[in-house]
Amino acid sequence: MKLGIPKEIFKDERRVAATPVSVQKLIKLGYEVIVETGAGEAAHYNDEAYQKAGASLAVDTRSFWEAADFVLKVRAPMRNPSLRKHEIDLMKEGAFLACYLWPAQNPKLLDRLAERKITGFAIDSLPRISRAQKMDALSAMANIAGYRAVIEAANHFGRFFTGQVTAAGKVPPAKVMVIGAGVAGLAAIGTANSMGAVVRAFDTRLEVLEQVESMGAEFLKLDFDDEEGSGTGGYAKQMSDEFIKAEMALFAEQAEEVDIIITTALIPGRPAPKLITEAMVKSMKPGSVIVDLASERGGNCELTVPGEVAELHGVTLIGYTDLPSRMAKVASDLYATNLMHLLTELTPEKDGKPLVNMEDEVIRGLTVVQQGSITWPPPKAEVQAKAPPPPGTEEPSPEAMRAAAKASESRRRTGKIALLLVTAAALYGVGAHAPQSFLSHFTVFVLACFIGWQVIWNVTASLHTPLMSVTNAISGIIVIGAMLHLAQAESAAVGIMAFVAVLIASINVGGGFRVTYRMLNMFRK
Amino acid sequence: MGTGLVSVAYVVASVLFILSLGGLSHQESARRGNLYGVAGIVIAVVATLASVGDGGVVAIIIAVLLGAGIGIPIANKVEMTQMPQLVALLHSFVGLAAVLVGFSGYIEPLIATFGAEHTIKLVEVYVGVFIGAVTFTGSLVACGKLDGRIDSKALTLPGRHMMNLVALIVTVFLGAWFLSTDSLASGLIALILMTLIAAVLGVHLIMAIGGADMPVVVSMLNSYSGWAAASIGFMLGNDLLIVTGALVGSSGAILSYIMCKAMNRSFISVILGGFGQTTSSSGAVASDQKVREFSIDDVCDELRHADSVIIVPGYGMAVAQAQNGVSDLTKLLRERGVNVRFGIHPVAGRLPGHMNVLLAEAHVPYDIVLEMDEINDDFPNTDVVLVIGANDTVNPAAAEDPSSPIAGMPVLEVWKAHQVVVLKRGMATGYSGVENPLFFKDNTHMLFGDAKESIDKVVSGLRG
Repeated sequence: MKLGIPKEIFKDERRVAATPVSVQKLIKLGYEVIVETGAGEAAHYNDEAYQKAGASLAVDTRSFWEAADFVLKVRAPMRNPSLRKHEIDLMKEGAFLACYLWPAQNPKLLDRLAERKITGFAIDSLPRISRAQKMDALSAMANIAGYRAVIEAANHFGRFFTGQVTAAGKVPPAKVMVIGAGVAGLAAIGTANSMGAVVRAFDTRLEVLEQVESMGAEFLKLDFDDEEGSGTGGYAKQMSDEFIKAEMALFAEQAEEVDIIITTALIPGRPAPKLITEAMVKSMKPGSVIVDLASERGGNCELTVPGEVAELHGVTLIGYTDLPSRMAKVASDLYATNLMHLLTELTPEKDGKPLVNMEDEVIRGLTVVQQGSITWPPPKAEVQAKAPPPPGTEEPSPEAMRAAAKASESRRRTGKIALLLVTAAALYGVGAHAPQSFLSHFTVFVLACFIGWQVIWNVTASLHTPLMSVTNAISGIIVIGAMLHLAQAESAAVGIMAFVAVLIASINVGGGFRVTYRMLNMFRK
Repeated sequence: MGTGLVSVAYVVASVLFILSLGGLSHQESARRGNLYGVAGIVIAVVATLASVGDGGVVAIIIAVLLGAGIGIPIANKVEMTQMPQLVALLHSFVGLAAVLVGFSGYIEPLIATFGAEHTIKLVEVYVGVFIGAVTFTGSLVACGKLDGRIDSKALTLPGRHMMNLVALIVTVFLGAWFLSTDSLASGLIALILMTLIAAVLGVHLIMAIGGADMPVVVSMLNSYSGWAAASIGFMLGNDLLIVTGALVGSSGAILSYIMCKAMNRSFISVILGGFGQTTSSSGAVASDQKVREFSIDDVCDELRHADSVIIVPGYGMAVAQAQNGVSDLTKLLRERGVNVRFGIHPVAGRLPGHMNVLLAEAHVPYDIVLEMDEINDDFPNTDVVLVIGANDTVNPAAAEDPSSPIAGMPVLEVWKAHQVVVLKRGMATGYSGVENPLFFKDNTHMLFGDAKESIDKVVSGLRG
């Protein structure tokens, strides 16, 4: 089967869906590869490099589309202005296509693909599970976009990012606020931080706090604790009105203070939320920069002009929609690797024939059109399930599992009841027969056990060794008993025994505390 | 000093002990926790000294100073890799002290008691001495095993469960005799006989437990030493001893429980022992499978191209004393922007938290040292995993082979990473004696040799 790599015709698209390196690997999977002349030029891969890797070249666009059985692209198919035909119509009937398709936004495109009996894989519809990460083009591109956003901001910003004290005066560091700590946001935080800026970040999902802090930014928290913004698949969800009000107040306050705002807030299947109002832009210091990574979906800032750089109220608003394409080489490398992994999954036999296994969760999610029928959206899977069951373990039948659970449940219940009865009997025995003096000590004992139980569960696992040595030292308290006996010893035998007991218990106390002290001194951040 | 003041001092000491254990919940407050403990002991000892009057004060002070004079230098000298032995040895001291105080309390009771109170007191003496004796000899054996002086393999005598049972029954009968007799002499004989039986029982119980279960054993003995102190507290009618004993006892019990949970085994099966050699090898691994080896250069090469590295240390790192080399490697990789983290299995090493202490000693920052649950999901996104002297804790058979003896034990899923490098002396099995299919996986490469030497070579290879 022939894999085809066309030249992208979308305006300013510089990426390409395969690189000479990925072509070599695709050929190893049993495919032939045909590349349209000049396909990789904008990404600095010339035709000879593809030929050296083993690909053949198509002389012109028409012959390319006639030869390719499986097209690997970046942008969704569109009308080719020079041939005056839509790319879908140029494709062979029954061919395969892998690229960005955005099925939710492009229902008409799916209809057209179905009409032509094309099997379409939408790389943007990849299920977000661990196994699929090597194919996750959205993350790969978001990472690039985040990096580039900072570079663009730096380009339009008239100051250093890092603070400097020079003979010619002191320069304060740039303050950057990143809204939305997804892949792009985190990449932006990391880049800005490594350039020396003071970085703050906000996200509705509290779970990303640690990630934000690990990248070196301060997490901006709202005083609003009964709502959490995590939706399915690690994306954010729509928030309540009160939450948004609190959030906007925070942004307004920050806008007056920071020099650069980078927004990356997106909610799946909705237009980008408007987070930066015109008033906030006005309140920013002159010379400030806003980079709106959501501009393709309408922008997080009211004033963003998608695809353009605008200057309003003294603030530069960057609304580029093609940030990954501005780093075409690395973007092509990563995207080509994503597609190469996809092809590897599709070709388990390495025989050059794609096998669309709709039982496979990943392939099922990607396949939006198959042989004339639209297969999007996929049936709801348990996307929030943490991990698939370990490979190789056979799933027991549900009945067997239920039966086993029932059996163990009833066994556990019997055990619990027996324990309860024994405890009750023992308590009755103690209460009915033991003298008062014993009972008061008994009370102390039981309460102390419970306190111990409560306290110890809080001890962090890394401190278990110090815990043992400190409890060991504390249990040297038995020295008190030994001391009382030694003080009142009448016979030599008891005197000697008590003396030895005091001695060894003291070893315990001294050694235990000392060694704990040594250990704890070693734990440092 | 009046009894009222002494009681108040004891209450203060009890509170300080609770605060001391509470302080250990975080690294930041842990040092303060230790100081609380010291303060508690000092207050308790001074109050007791003040209350006993003139008799024996000199002897007490001599004994305390002597004991502290022995204990502190030992604690100063001990290597962090020897920590398990030291902790076990210290447990045995508490056990012995409980035995001695128990005997003293029987011969010369501090409080005269009659009737039911007297019987209860005798029971307390008996129980205290019994637990003390088991703790004493058991801890000595554990210490010997951890130190390598005693073979760490589980000793499985024929009919060992029977022997333990007989010992317990005899103990109960001796106890009945002990309670019924009025003469001090025959009571003493019963007590001594029981002590001997308990001592033998302690030896036998711990001998039967294999090396891999040592974290459970040590925390269990920790618990016993607490219960021994508590029963002595009952005997003396001293609430401070009761509180402290109960705290220590429940602490050890919880630790044992956590360790058992981490090995997916019941507490009973660990105590009954014999795990170490019941299985020699699992049939699942065919003998013709080959392992792939890496040279030092290959490892350096992998590390040079890695963005994220997880290091999984095991007891082998402690044995080879490789923690400083590992720390250097970590520093070097982190300086190059590699995301280095550590994955610690709860039962790695021979003591709960053993690996954390070793890494802390080598100045590895504790915030990159993560627990199994925190890091297990991250392996699929990791470029290189270095397994240093760990075996059973990274065995995929636990997750994949239901017939394996360690099936169901939670393990670090290192095999999901892109590349696994296992540093190991040779192809020997781990303490559980189970073959490890990890070594035969496609993405696993072995680097044979002493872990310390290998790591040092890798560090200089990366620098060069």
